[in-house]
Amino acid sequence: MRNSWIICRRELSAYFTSPVAYVFIVIFLALAGGLTFFFGNWLERGQADLQVFFIYHPYLYLFLIPAVGMRLWAEERKSGTMEFLMTLPISTGQAVIGKFVAAWIFAGIALALTFPIWITVNFLGNPDNGVIVTAYVGSWLMAGGFLALSASVSALTKNQVVAFVLSAVIGFVFLMSGVELVQSFFRAWAPPKFVDAVAELSFLTNFGDLSQGVIDVRDILFFASVIGVALFINTAIVEIKKSS
Amino acid sequence: MDRLLEIEGLTKRFGPITAVDNISFSVDRGEVLGFLGPNGAGKSTTMKMATGYLSPTSGAIKVCGNDVRQHPIEIKRRIGYLPEGAPLYGEMTPHSLLNFVSDVRQLSREQRRNGIDHAVESLHLERVLHQPIETLSKGYKRRVGLAQAIIHDPDVLVLDEPTDGLDPNQKHEVRELLDRMSSTKAIIISTHILEEVDAVCSRAIIISQGRIVADQMPSQLEERSRFHNAVGIRVTPDGAERCMSILHEISGVRSVEQVIQSSGLSELVAFPVDGGDIIGPVRAALDDNGLAVSEMFVEKGRLEDVFRDLTIGGPGDDVGGATMKEEADHA
Repeated sequence: MRNSWIICRRELSAYFTSPVAYVFIVIFLALAGGLTFFFGNWLERGQADLQVFFIYHPYLYLFLIPAVGMRLWAEERKSGTMEFLMTLPISTGQAVIGKFVAAWIFAGIALALTFPIWITVNFLGNPDNGVIVTAYVGSWLMAGGFLALSASVSALTKNQVVAFVLSAVIGFVFLMSGVELVQSFFRAWAPPKFVDAVAELSFLTNFGDLSQGVIDVRDILFFASVIGVALFINTAIVEIKKSS
Repeated sequence: MDRLLEIEGLTKRFGPITAVDNISFSVDRGEVLGFLGPNGAGKSTTMKMATGYLSPTSGAIKVCGNDVRQHPIEIKRRIGYLPEGAPLYGEMTPHSLLNFVSDVRQLSREQRRNGIDHAVESLHLERVLHQPIETLSKGYKRRVGLAQAIIHDPDVLVLDEPTDGLDPNQKHEVRELLDRMSSTKAIIISTHILEEVDAVCSRAIIISQGRIVADQMPSQLEERSRFHNAVGIRVTPDGAERCMSILHEISGVRSVEQVIQSSGLSELVAFPVDGGDIIGPVRAALDDNGLAVSEMFVEKGRLEDVFRDLTIGGPGDDVGGATMKEEADHA
């Protein structure tokens, strides 16, 4: 725990000493705002809620989270610092958790910086702030899901571009597993039970309730399990790759 | 004796390639072991396994009595390691990096202060302490890498090419630092610089194609050179011919070679039979013939020569390698 926190702190400060963090935050805020106003027609709708703000988050994360996650392990492997890190007295699991949490906090900071829209909606009307808080938490959980997937993929390769593309593809499958495109791919060869199970894995479905303020324990458990399983796989990949 | 590192039957295969092939050796407290070998001989791979980074295909490694596989965290606490190429987080400053390592290594406030002060002072990092590591010169990077390896005063120090990229003054300082630390630690360094072995190592292991081909004190290695006890003579070019014939007459001399022409002088080297002492007979013979020489010296032996003999050649080398290893065991 202590070691994970030390790793996490180092990683976080590394984000903010490079321009990557600021570029990411600016792009995230610009896209989140732009989509809400121009595609969601937030103002014209005349409703005091942030529905059209949160509805775009899954798609934003699909491309932006791999940009954060791709460097987590690929960069360590490429620059050789993995050897430095893994010969310090810490376990692989502690390093995996530390790095993930740092990236997750970073994503949380980017998300939190969208607060002006929350102030705006309170200024313009009387929104249900409980719903908004739930949606923010749900969005952050979903970001964690995408991030954990990206982190595992990042451990597979030294090449950050490969890590980015692969993460985006895997993220897409998880995001869209409920929609017809992905379903029909599985329906062609898999038993119906499996196809239904795949649908249950959809980020979109699980985020849907949360984004409307419905706190369903199953949704929260879902994202927590995705993070847990992905990080477990991440640890295994790091262990295997280290020795080859 | 305090045996801090024990390696037994260590083997590492990467697919069909055997990088390290059944290596066994141990290092005691107070020893500085020089790890020599051509590129790709398995030096770094062995070091990576000893520090718990790579897991071996077979064989056992014990650090301070603990098995590396069973107590990976414990052994990493006892080791200071400079990986090949000194990889470090470029965006950090030496100051923040050393503090990060102190945190991970759970040093007390006092240990941290002493450790960092000592490392910074002995490696002369004061000037660059707050500059990002990626902006530093190669020599500074290497020294920051060394600093992070020694701040916790480890029992075992594993340094992969610690003086690579340093200028002669810096090399000298690092060697002095190693020398000061050597009495309380077991130190392994890998190097391509053979003079370094003479300067700092109490023992040298030469590995070639993943196997140990020699494990001896540097002076013993030098004795294996054909230059050991050879007599070098510098004479004027017109005296060279006559000198050569005189040397040939001496019974203890196996052969004479004209090596180089330097500064207008000819250099001859007389090789003794079986590494015997021939300086006496050579001097007597030259005096008897009234031949004036400009310079005369006895060679200790050339490590470079031994290194080449032991590491060049195809698989046929392996036979020689095995017998040499036996010799080493006897010694």
